[in-house]
Amino acid sequence: MEKEADVSERILMCGNEALAEAAVLAGCDAYFGYPITPQNEISAYMAWRMPEEGRVFIQSESELAAINMVFGAAATGKRAMTSSSSPGISLMQEGLSYLAGAELPAVVVNVMRGGPGLGNIAPSQADYFQATRGGGHGDYRTIVLGPASVQEMADCMFLAFDLADQYRMTVMILADGVLGQMMEPVLLERGCQRELPAKDWALTGNKGRPQNIVRSLWLADGALEALNNKLSARYREIQKNEVLCEEYRMDDAEIVTVAYGVAARIVRSAVDRARDEGIPAGLIRPITLWPFPSEQISRAAERFPVFLTVEMSAGQMVEDVQLAVAGKAPVLLYGRPGGGIPTVDEILEKIRQLTIHSGQR
Amino acid sequence: MQVMAQGSAKTVFRRTDVLKDCPTHYCPGCGHGIAHRLVAEVIDELGIQDRTIGIAPVGCAVLMYNYLDVDMIEVAHGRAPAVATGMKRTNPDKIIFSYQGDGDLAAIGTAEIIHAAHRAERITVVFINNAVFGMTGGQMAPTTVLGQVTTTTPAGRQSDGQGFPLQISEILALLPGAVYVERCALSSVPRIQQTKAAIKHAFQLQIEGAKGLSLVEVLSPCPTYWRMSPSDAMKWIESHMSKAFPIGRLKG
Repeated sequence: MEKEADVSERILMCGNEALAEAAVLAGCDAYFGYPITPQNEISAYMAWRMPEEGRVFIQSESELAAINMVFGAAATGKRAMTSSSSPGISLMQEGLSYLAGAELPAVVVNVMRGGPGLGNIAPSQADYFQATRGGGHGDYRTIVLGPASVQEMADCMFLAFDLADQYRMTVMILADGVLGQMMEPVLLERGCQRELPAKDWALTGNKGRPQNIVRSLWLADGALEALNNKLSARYREIQKNEVLCEEYRMDDAEIVTVAYGVAARIVRSAVDRARDEGIPAGLIRPITLWPFPSEQISRAAERFPVFLTVEMSAGQMVEDVQLAVAGKAPVLLYGRPGGGIPTVDEILEKIRQLTIHSGQR
Repeated sequence: MQVMAQGSAKTVFRRTDVLKDCPTHYCPGCGHGIAHRLVAEVIDELGIQDRTIGIAPVGCAVLMYNYLDVDMIEVAHGRAPAVATGMKRTNPDKIIFSYQGDGDLAAIGTAEIIHAAHRAERITVVFINNAVFGMTGGQMAPTTVLGQVTTTTPAGRQSDGQGFPLQISEILALLPGAVYVERCALSSVPRIQQTKAAIKHAFQLQIEGAKGLSLVEVLSPCPTYWRMSPSDAMKWIESHMSKAFPIGRLKG
């Protein structure tokens, strides 16, 4: 997702602000949010930037209200978003389920912190299950994007609004406290513009057309099953067309690391140092966490390497890696939960240990 | 529905165009049918059908969009004022109303209605108070009156442990962001006419751009879960319910 550009066009921003400005440039009509650390830069930025553009900013009374304000604005065809961090995202799960049932487009940002409970405010990747499994009730999915740089925080925001409108569903950007707070040069420019369907379902008043209804209650025999089947078909289409992932030094890799977000940046350095030592290590970095790059991992597994999943959690994405590898190769985990951040040295040491398994000495 | 005859005969009663020509799912003697019709007549008379967006609650009126011919949405239990906020702020030219029951508005959605009024959202709320959770089978609501028997107050509601009937309209009337709050009832023809006038006023305020929330509470019969005949239910509104919930204009 990295862009080529004149260095002078880049500006230095923190991840949360880059993401917020990208939302404005992507045509976000309304932002709703409730304060929570470590993502408060987003609402502080939107509080002045949205009114400057004549758009809507509301600090809601709760995350429950924020996601339902998104629900209301989205139902009228507007581009709406909210942002929060882990405990707040838990409160939004009711709304996320209703958004899925009502087939409404929405963008939700989760700048993850440690959990469970109030946890801490340290960077974390502990909400992977909640994000990729659809943390609310019912049969549904959300598209989940895992940026790994300030540039990708912005790029993912442009993509998120387009994907949401194209597939009429929630797109979640799953970031963490490091990405939100750190500053890097960023080029704020939308990528290719997708051809998006007209929002003829939106509630705009029934002038000159029959009534539109936005609903998620389907009581008639078989009606809900039909909706579920329609959604499932859409989800399969997304799995086929929208997977994004980066493969780094993978050509001859016998030790394949899998990591996303800020963890992937640390792993990347460890892979370079392993290569310096002559160890054939590589990295698969999922950018879409759902749809998960199962095919890419499955292909890599054909060469019988050893997989090492590195996460800032007690081990969540590792289950998707195991499903993709399907027993063809060993899958190991190095996880740092509770706000712990793995170091390059720690990961390098794990890679060195794995050379025994992979036959490298 | 029009009855035409030769000579001087004229139409004195017809279905308003905003109301669809179909039977409702409501129980005999339920107040929702009357309240729906009042909302529909008001929308018709104000000429706002093509720019109105309605919000159906979770509760007996969840299928309201099957009966009213305006764009409508169905939302999570209690969240209608938040959804209305998202709609109105992004569409200030549209007329946004929510239609909510007492479980929806006065129990699970208390925070949302208080804060929508607190922010002075320019929306209209029709609040149907029938002193009971209807759709789930007649449990105690915050508005259940003392002594009233429900499935979860088999000995009648006692203030000690189950609290007093919640006068949410009185609470809302205290907030500067609520510009109009009135409590009405469906217990007689004059009461119904007054309810219609109140609902019309609440919509008119939004049309005129009044800077705040307008709410009409409607005391409405639920003969099924009050375990009364429809006519006794109408009498009970006057004899019991209106004692706990005094009828009249509270604000504006």
